[in-house]
Amino acid sequence: MKRSSKENEESAGLVTRRGLVLAGLQLGFMSILGLRMRQMQVEEADNYRLLAEENRVNMRLIPPSRGIIYDRNGVSIATNTQNYRIVIVREDVPDVDETIAKLRQLVLLDEDELEKSLREMYRRSPFVPVTLADRLTWEDVAEVAVNAPALPGVTPDVGLSREYPLGADFAHIVGYVGPVSDYDLSKLTDPDPLLQIPKFQIGKIGVETKLETQLRGQAGTKRIEVNAAGRVMRELGREEYTPGTDLQLTIDHGLQNFAQARLANESAGAVVIDIETGDLVAMASSPSFDPELFVRGISTTNYRSLTENKYRPLFNKAVQGLYPPGSTFKMMTGLAALRHNVIGPKETVWCPGHMAFGGRRFHCWKRGGHGWVDLDTAITQSCDVYFYEAAQRTGIDNLAALCHEFGLGERFDLPVSAVREGIVPSTKWKAQVRGEQWFPGETLNTAIGQGDVLTSPLQLAVMTARIASGKAVVPRLVKSINGVEQSLEQADPMQINSSHLRMIQQAMYNVSNGRRGTARRSRIVAEGMEMAGKTGTSQVRNITAAERARGVVRNDQLPWERRDHGLFVGYAPFDKPKYAISLIVEHGGGGSSAAAPPARDILLYALYGDVPPIEAYPSDQRERIKTMLAELPVRPRQQPAKTPSRA
Amino acid sequence: MSYLEYKVQTIPTGARKILHANWAVALLLTAVACVGFLMLTSVAGGDASRWAEPQMKRFALGLVVMMAVGMVPIWFWRNMAGIAYLGAFGLLLLVEFFGTVGMGAQRWIDLGFMRLQPSEVMKIALVMILAAYYDWLPMAKVSRPFWVLMPVGLILLPTALVLKQPDLGTAILLVAGGGIVMFCAGVSWWYFIAVVAAGVGLVAAIFSSRGTDWQLLKDYQFRRIDTFLDPSTDPLGAGYHITQSKIALGSGGWTGKGFMQGTQSRLNFLPEKHTDFIFTTLAEEFGFIGGFSLLILYGLIILFCVASAVQNSDRFGALLTLGVAATLFLFFAVNMSMVMGLAPVVGVPLPLVSFGGSAMLVLMGAFGLVQSAHIHRSRSR
Repeated sequence: MKRSSKENEESAGLVTRRGLVLAGLQLGFMSILGLRMRQMQVEEADNYRLLAEENRVNMRLIPPSRGIIYDRNGVSIATNTQNYRIVIVREDVPDVDETIAKLRQLVLLDEDELEKSLREMYRRSPFVPVTLADRLTWEDVAEVAVNAPALPGVTPDVGLSREYPLGADFAHIVGYVGPVSDYDLSKLTDPDPLLQIPKFQIGKIGVETKLETQLRGQAGTKRIEVNAAGRVMRELGREEYTPGTDLQLTIDHGLQNFAQARLANESAGAVVIDIETGDLVAMASSPSFDPELFVRGISTTNYRSLTENKYRPLFNKAVQGLYPPGSTFKMMTGLAALRHNVIGPKETVWCPGHMAFGGRRFHCWKRGGHGWVDLDTAITQSCDVYFYEAAQRTGIDNLAALCHEFGLGERFDLPVSAVREGIVPSTKWKAQVRGEQWFPGETLNTAIGQGDVLTSPLQLAVMTARIASGKAVVPRLVKSINGVEQSLEQADPMQINSSHLRMIQQAMYNVSNGRRGTARRSRIVAEGMEMAGKTGTSQVRNITAAERARGVVRNDQLPWERRDHGLFVGYAPFDKPKYAISLIVEHGGGGSSAAAPPARDILLYALYGDVPPIEAYPSDQRERIKTMLAELPVRPRQQPAKTPSRA
Repeated sequence: MSYLEYKVQTIPTGARKILHANWAVALLLTAVACVGFLMLTSVAGGDASRWAEPQMKRFALGLVVMMAVGMVPIWFWRNMAGIAYLGAFGLLLLVEFFGTVGMGAQRWIDLGFMRLQPSEVMKIALVMILAAYYDWLPMAKVSRPFWVLMPVGLILLPTALVLKQPDLGTAILLVAGGGIVMFCAGVSWWYFIAVVAAGVGLVAAIFSSRGTDWQLLKDYQFRRIDTFLDPSTDPLGAGYHITQSKIALGSGGWTGKGFMQGTQSRLNFLPEKHTDFIFTTLAEEFGFIGGFSLLILYGLIILFCVASAVQNSDRFGALLTLGVAATLFLFFAVNMSMVMGLAPVVGVPLPLVSFGGSAMLVLMGAFGLVQSAHIHRSRSR
């Protein structure tokens, strides 16, 4: 096509003009781009830099190692052990089914656990390590390590987990740890981010939970670089954790073990207290349970067998169990009467086997009666009528006040679960709790440790220690924290006439050493080790008039639940009191037969610091005792793991 | 007057053509491509063999294609314009029926050795046919309605097919590229004002169509617009790309974090970092200085093309040169606007830098046309 050169020139001029306009517009837009770039990269750069850092840097918590719990000698009760496990990373596994099949041939895998782990693995990102099997033996892990080339993506790993080397002995005192649950989180106001770590272990009961804050320690942190998918690329820096505080308890592991073993076949509780320091050297509760069952996550079958056991293994009888103290309460009644001068030290009361009061008959345990009894005889032979009379003269409120001074009805602040206060009845108590008036007849029931009065073995042990020393001994369970010895406060002297106290002590001596003492069979014959004590038998049923007429049924003919509780409180050596004990055998029958013998054995262990020598026992019992002691499943005393005190 | 030109008033022939090629443009294209190689190496974590090396080979092929196209006289290409347009249109129809589905849209034909995106070819073919059309059309008729409707039809036919794929980014580029050629050809301003007004009306219509039976855009396209307007509404979902891209760009600062030190790209916070979002990595690792330098390189290419066009009294050659330059401009302007959060994410690569086969080859072919127009320009003024 031919065009005139004029048109051609005109068109070229137009194209040039338009082309330049276009170039201008384009440059204009490019300036906008440049300015935008400048705005973002120069003016707002710091802002974006911060966002980029937030993107890339994550903080991860490093869980601290939990504080170790030692006994008074430095023997480990709760430790952290290396926990060997097998970890799988999905993205590194070419064929999951095949790898699991191979793994099954090497290691015994728990099918339920495995299924749970595999589900978790598929839920999470493919690079997240998931634990396949936990708490493996070193041999299992070694097996996996050796076969590593055949098991891509499967690696052995090691972590820390809680272990209780002394097992059931300390289950009630130390308790156990377990993974933090939603329930725990809802209950705790603790903002510690550690609790957000899945399966982080915290104390569930006992010392583990009561001293959780000390034991837990402080989390460390590491700053890691992550990519967009959350995969960890590298560690940028870390701050180490502060390990939890180590604790030393006042308990002696050997004595605790002996006490548990001695009470093994009974439903029983016992507390041994150091009279000079208030140190609780043993707090036994039988039967016990294996705390590691809970650490691993207890199965429903196991849990049910624990809860349905009528001996109540999960129940800490030493502090949580409340029982009518029975005759072990009579020292209180006697002391109150002496203090208020309503009965003379040598004054006698006629016991015909019962006492008529308020139109009712209050029986003495001895149906024929004791005849004329003074305080010493009343305690030694446990005459009920004497104490009916004494309490009636003293008045319930005076008696209750004395009980509180001796620790009954008081809640001791110990770092174990479910420490209970018990009941010391008084007019005020009855008005407050029951909204009723006090009946004088109830004073008589209280006088012999029946009726409403309820005490725990811990309280009875404290009472006994206070009687033995005349000082307001305060029990304690923690000996040192992080190697720092807890200060020992000198116990205050009791506001009690020492001659009255001596009378009671002498009577208690006679209980286990006197010719007619109820615990004479359980005396200690070793020189300078003599034991003073008091037996108690507390009824858990009312003996009806009809039963009484028929003749009271013997305990061993009753069903277990209806038999009497057997109690014993005592201390030794009589001359220089060192340890006090209280012991209860639930539904064990009479205190002299059920409770006094094991109490003597345990007290002797405390005094000798090991299984007692046969010479401490009366010669006619030695053969039997020797066999009994030999058959006890007692663990040899452990050597201290290390000196727990750190300078 | 070109600096290489030494008193040659006639069109060079034979090997001398090489001396008269637009070497500035060739050099600038190579510089931009080198930026691409560097960034492709960086996003591959220093592994040049992954993306940079194939890209180098393709660029070398592209240079050969460009020079080969440039050696052919411009009137041959003018005569080819109709065939090119029809061919590209045919290919577009073909992908409608046989195209491979990728990224949620039917876009390419697998040729075995490379994937051909017919829409890429169409961008250039459209510029060619429009330039040829206005070369043929007498000046007096340029702004007459009938003669305006003709090129509008030429633009809208392929645009409709591309929209159907659906590829909003390319459709916009086609309309804008065609419009620019029409603008340069001298179509009256009023038409453009009318089109802008109509465009505003269309946008309003699109938004009001949302959720109705005659919805004009796909849901994902609406979502992209939503997140463009306010990325923070969905920072981990659809807005993620824009948000992360802006963080990467902004955190680069003046001088950047250094080669292969960009945390956003290295840690995969950036999406499609070797293709559409490669500019973000450049801006993150080399900062404002790096990003702005690339912008200047592009700007220089535009300027040299415009300079070549205004020297060229051949209407086809001048319009073609301006059209190709505008296509390049639209590519990088839309891409950069997108990664800076000025435009929605529409899937337009950064020309010569993003990893991609057919786009680069087609673009180099288009610059071959620019070379041809330059070498064979009409010097009679």
